[in-house]
Amino acid sequence: MPETKFAPWTDPNEKPLIQFRNVTKRFGTFTAIDDQSFDIYAKEFFALLGPSGCGKTTMMRMLAGFETPTEGTILLGGRDIAPIPPNKREVNMMFQSYALFPHLSVRDNIAFGLKRDKLPADRIAARVDEMLKLTRLEKFASRKPHQISGGQRQRVALARSLAKGPKLLLLDEPLGALDAKLRQDTQFELMDIQEKTGTTFVIVTHDQEEAMTVASRVAVMDDGRIVQIATPDEIYEAPNSAYVADFIGDVTLFSGTAMNRAPEAEPIQETAEAGTEAAPEEAENPETETVDTPKAVTDIGVPVEPEAPISGEPDAPEPARAEPAPAAAPAKAARGPQPNRMGLWLHDKLWAKVFGPRTDIVRQLPPPSDAERTLKSAETEPVSAETSRAPGGGITIDWAEGQPPLIALDGPEVKDGQQVQLALRPEKVGISKTKPDAVNALKGKVIDIAYLGNLSTYHVELENGMMIKAQLANTRRISRRDITWEDEVWVSWTGTAGVVLTS
Amino acid sequence: MMRRVVLILVPYLWLLALFLVPFAIVLKISLSDIELSIPPYTPQLDLSEGWEGIKAFFAALDFENFVFLTEDDLYWKAYLSSLQIAVISTVLTLLVGYPMAYAMARAPNHWRPTLLMLVILPFWTSFLIRVYSWMGILSTEGYLNQLLLSLGLISEPLLILNTNVAVYIGIIYTYLPFMILPIYSALERMDDSLLEAAEDLGCSRLTAFWLVTLPLSKNGIIAGCFLVFIPVMGEFVIPSLLGGSQTLMIGKVLFEEFFNNLDWPVASAVAVILLLILIIPIVLFQRNQQKTREAER
Ligand SMILES: Nc1ncnc2c1ncn2[C@@H]1O[C@H](COP(=O)(O)OP(=O)(O)OP(=O)(O)O)[C@@H](O)[C@H]1O
Ligand SMILES: [Mg+2]
Repeated sequence: MPETKFAPWTDPNEKPLIQFRNVTKRFGTFTAIDDQSFDIYAKEFFALLGPSGCGKTTMMRMLAGFETPTEGTILLGGRDIAPIPPNKREVNMMFQSYALFPHLSVRDNIAFGLKRDKLPADRIAARVDEMLKLTRLEKFASRKPHQISGGQRQRVALARSLAKGPKLLLLDEPLGALDAKLRQDTQFELMDIQEKTGTTFVIVTHDQEEAMTVASRVAVMDDGRIVQIATPDEIYEAPNSAYVADFIGDVTLFSGTAMNRAPEAEPIQETAEAGTEAAPEEAENPETETVDTPKAVTDIGVPVEPEAPISGEPDAPEPARAEPAPAAAPAKAARGPQPNRMGLWLHDKLWAKVFGPRTDIVRQLPPPSDAERTLKSAETEPVSAETSRAPGGGITIDWAEGQPPLIALDGPEVKDGQQVQLALRPEKVGISKTKPDAVNALKGKVIDIAYLGNLSTYHVELENGMMIKAQLANTRRISRRDITWEDEVWVSWTGTAGVVLTS
Repeated sequence: MMRRVVLILVPYLWLLALFLVPFAIVLKISLSDIELSIPPYTPQLDLSEGWEGIKAFFAALDFENFVFLTEDDLYWKAYLSSLQIAVISTVLTLLVGYPMAYAMARAPNHWRPTLLMLVILPFWTSFLIRVYSWMGILSTEGYLNQLLLSLGLISEPLLILNTNVAVYIGIIYTYLPFMILPIYSALERMDDSLLEAAEDLGCSRLTAFWLVTLPLSKNGIIAGCFLVFIPVMGEFVIPSLLGGSQTLMIGKVLFEEFFNNLDWPVASAVAVILLLILIIPIVLFQRNQQKTREAER
């Protein structure tokens, strides 16, 4: 990436290369793309992410010229591209099905587009050699497509679409069939090509990690609509909806009722060792009796005005408040620790046949032996949750009966009583055996530990049955790890770790 | 082991019973001499005389008939003319059949079974009846001439029946399905995204057809051509019924030698030569089929 931050979308003077203007695409009565307007800028690496059938390929095909929008217009460099046939567009596409010419050798496949441009033979040969080298296909140049492996075919398709050096390159899942190493290399090659040639890339991928690595912006799609367009870190750190949060990466979602907290910050006394999850409103709520640390509540000198109206309301009985969370939450948490279902599916159904099983398949730790159980840890260091101080402001989220409300210090404006969701990434959740000194801390039991090599994901069941995921870096050997199955633990996170979602 | 032997044996027995034995009989007759008897040739193999009989039988065989075929120019002219008619009608059938196969393969999915049915439908009526009905269409008082006359397009009836034109019409009509089906199956297998890829890389529709569609249907074209060429070479019903006296085809000659002249030995010799001529395209056809199968793997 260049030194100066590349962000043309923030510059109002920048002219977009591609403009979708209220584009709708229907197949018969089925709406594949639903009234979408967005821009893609020159030299962008624009990633389309979304579940199968959400319209990614359709979007690409409209850009390539194989489908025309039912309504709306697509502008390329300010010109409506509807009347321009595919062969006159400076756009090349790598097809999801590769679409290699079976009667031509690898070399001739790659040279196909160059020959149409009537370039001199030696220029074509040089360019083809370059592409063969890039995709490491030199050895297979004279083979026919049916004589090479799936991953090699994918590389031929990639090389063929790159060969002409188009203004806009559309890649429909270009790297899915490659092994991790080659995929990473190719990703960097693509970024390199992009930097050298200034080509604009639109790439479809099921692999969010890939989108994160290569993309300047990511568009998350659902059912013919783009739900959010943002830079990879924004998408990850600040998803605009539960859908996006859930689609990108692993997340635990708490649904509950929001309540604004008092604005001014007030330091908490040292006595707050017992944890600041005891948010102020608990003082008012009779239900909080079940909370382990009722004493702490009284110690906190935080003003309580915000929740006063609610708690005073006669129609705020516990069942109503508790109702949303337990119903929705376990369903979310019931899923296994699979960061990307689509990717897994694709891999297991297709690529596994060619490339063998995934290397990063989640492995289960062996159940702990009795010796291990007893050996448990003198040194239990509470993890993360950098501060116990809960400054004022932000909101509390009442999410389950008998559970302390959650505190989120930043987030969108919400009205008291509004339904919100708190999205929490597992790597932001700490886990410890003793009650940590954190803004949010909940008690639970370790149900499952997924070992991912450098990381372990702990599946912790909270007291109300909801599952939450916490991730720890594996800095210690497995045998020395002090948290094991069935352990009573505390999960904790800071006031800014979660993202408050209102939709 | 036993199973494998049986598996291999079955096709060979089939070949032996249905091809080699009849061919051996025809070959034997072609080496005999004509005689007014039943059957009308000599020598007859008389196994009752044992080894002596077999020896006498082989002593009487000769190549007289084959020499005769080279002496009378009727025969090689008939071979050449058959070859010419077969080549021309194969090309014509291809020209008619390819667009039809192409249109079928491009037709919407739900139409294809119906179209396929229409191509196969004529097989459900007797071949002879269909050729006879062409006589009714093409004769001077036939439907075609009546139609053209009533439309005022011609003032004199066209002379089509009993000319080579009628033979070509008959052959194209009869053999069209054999051309369409293999080409259709090749085109139908083709992935539409290949054409999109070709266009994406800068081809016009026409060049995409030339560079992608045509090469990919090549095996279908070759198969179709052989399926038409091989039987047309020996065709005799169509030239006999639709052709005139000047239409010379080896099948017709063979038929006449056999049934009109009752010269079985010469007819057999004609058949043997025809088979030898056709072995080359048959072998080429087999090789093409094998290549197609390999490519599909
Ligand atoms: N030619 C067509 N006729 C009818 N429906 C179509 C057609 N092409 C696509 N669709 C439908 O439009 C929707 C979007 O399809 P599209 O191919 O864009 O999905 P996608 O996001 O690329 O999915 P995947 O990740 O599985 O490739 C799908 O529901 C699909 O069934
Ligand atoms: Mg797709």
